[in-house]
Amino acid sequence: MNALSALFIRDLRLAVRVGGGGGIGVLFFLIVVVLMPFAIGPDLALLARIGPALLWLGALLATLLTLERLFSIDQEDGSLDLLLMADTPLELAVAAKAAAHWLTTGLPLVIATPLFGLFMNLNGHASAAVALTLLAGTPALTFIGVIGAALSVALRRGGLLLAVLVLPLTVPVLIFGVSASNAAIVGPLPFGTPFTILCALSLFSLVIGTFAAAAALRHGLE
Amino acid sequence: MRLEASGLVCVRGGREVFSGLGFALSGGEALLVTGRNGSGKSSLLRMIAGLVRLSGGRLGLSGGDAERSIPEQVHYLGHQDALKPTLTVTENLGFWTRYLGGSQPPEQALATVGLAGLGGLPAAYLSAGQRRRLSMARLLAVQRPIWLLDEPTSALDSDAQQILAGAMKQHLQGGGLILAATHGPIGLDGARELRLGAAQ
Repeated sequence: MNALSALFIRDLRLAVRVGGGGGIGVLFFLIVVVLMPFAIGPDLALLARIGPALLWLGALLATLLTLERLFSIDQEDGSLDLLLMADTPLELAVAAKAAAHWLTTGLPLVIATPLFGLFMNLNGHASAAVALTLLAGTPALTFIGVIGAALSVALRRGGLLLAVLVLPLTVPVLIFGVSASNAAIVGPLPFGTPFTILCALSLFSLVIGTFAAAAALRHGLE
Repeated sequence: MRLEASGLVCVRGGREVFSGLGFALSGGEALLVTGRNGSGKSSLLRMIAGLVRLSGGRLGLSGGDAERSIPEQVHYLGHQDALKPTLTVTENLGFWTRYLGGSQPPEQALATVGLAGLGGLPAAYLSAGQRRRLSMARLLAVQRPIWLLDEPTSALDSDAQQILAGAMKQHLQGGGLILAATHGPIGLDGARELRLGAAQ
C-alpha cells in the first residue's frame, strides 16, 4: 500500500509540475467546445440539442490526448523496468497510475463542464446532468485508454495507434453517456437505466483495463 | 545465497546473441561480464532482472528469500537512470525507496554519494555524473542481495568511482552478489571474469 501511494503521489506531482500535462486536457476540451459553435452557427436550439454529445466527444478526445504518454515516458527513462521488477503487482501499479491520471485529467473535465456547458447553450440543469454522466463515465475512458497506452509501449508505436485502438472500444461509453444526459434533459426515457449501465461500464473497465494493460506491458518484454 | 545459471540462450531480433552460457556465483562474490559491443552483456543482466525472456536454459537462486522471485531481490542499474526531471533529487530517491520497500531516509544515501546539499534541486538540473550518483543512491537506500550493474562507472568522476567501489566492497562483505557489465576496471579486486563472445 505504501508503494502504491508513493506511485500515486509521484504521478500526481508529475502531472501538476511544469510540462506534466495536467492542465492540457482541460485546455484541449475548452478549444473543442469553443470551436463547435463557430462551426455549427448561432442556432441556439440546435446547440442545446447536440451540446451533451459534443461535450462528451470533447472529453473523450481530451482523455486520449493525455493518455498517450502514460507509460511511454516511464519506458524512456527506465522507470518502467523498475516498476516491472518490483514486488508490487503490476496490475495495481497500472491502477494507481490510471487513478492519478483520472484525478488530474478526468476530474478537471467534469469540474469544467458546467462552465463549458454555457458555450453550448445548456441551462444549469442540463449542465449538471452532463457533468454527472462525465463523472461516472470518464473513469471508463481512462481505464480503457490505459490498455491502448500499454499496447503502444509494448509494440513500440506511439501516437495514432492509441487512438485507433482505443476509440472503437469507447463506443459503448459514449452511447450510454450521451443517452443518459439526453434522458435527463429532454426525456422521455428514464435517466436511471443508461446511467446505471454507464457506471457498470466504468467498473467493468476498471478491472479489465488494469489486467489487460499489465498483460500488454509484460508481453512487451523482449 | 547462490545464483546459478546454466545453458542460457539469448535470442534477440531473431539473432542468437549467446548460447550455452553458465556461471555460479555465491554470496560475497563478484562477476565481471566483459566482451565486445553486442556480445550480450546488457542482455544477460536484463535477463537476470527478468526484463528479457530466457530463450533457453535455467536460472536459479538458492538461499535467498524463497517467497520472492529473482527480480524482486535484484537491484538493476541500467543505462537509464529512472529519474523524473521535474521532481527534486529527494523526491526521486524517496519515491524509489518507498516503492521498492526501503526504510532508510533518502538524506543518508544522498550524503554517501555526495549529493547532500542538492536535495531540493529538480533532477533536470543535474549533470550526467550527478544523475548517475543519484541512481547509485538507490542501491544504498534499499537493501537487495543482488546488484546488477550495467557500465556503472560511465560518466562518473574518480571521486564517484571510489564511492562506488567502496559501496560494492561493503555490499560483498555483507554477503551480497554483484554482476557488473564493464569494459574497464571498476575497482573490484579479486572478481571473476565472464567473457562473452570468446567462443565464437
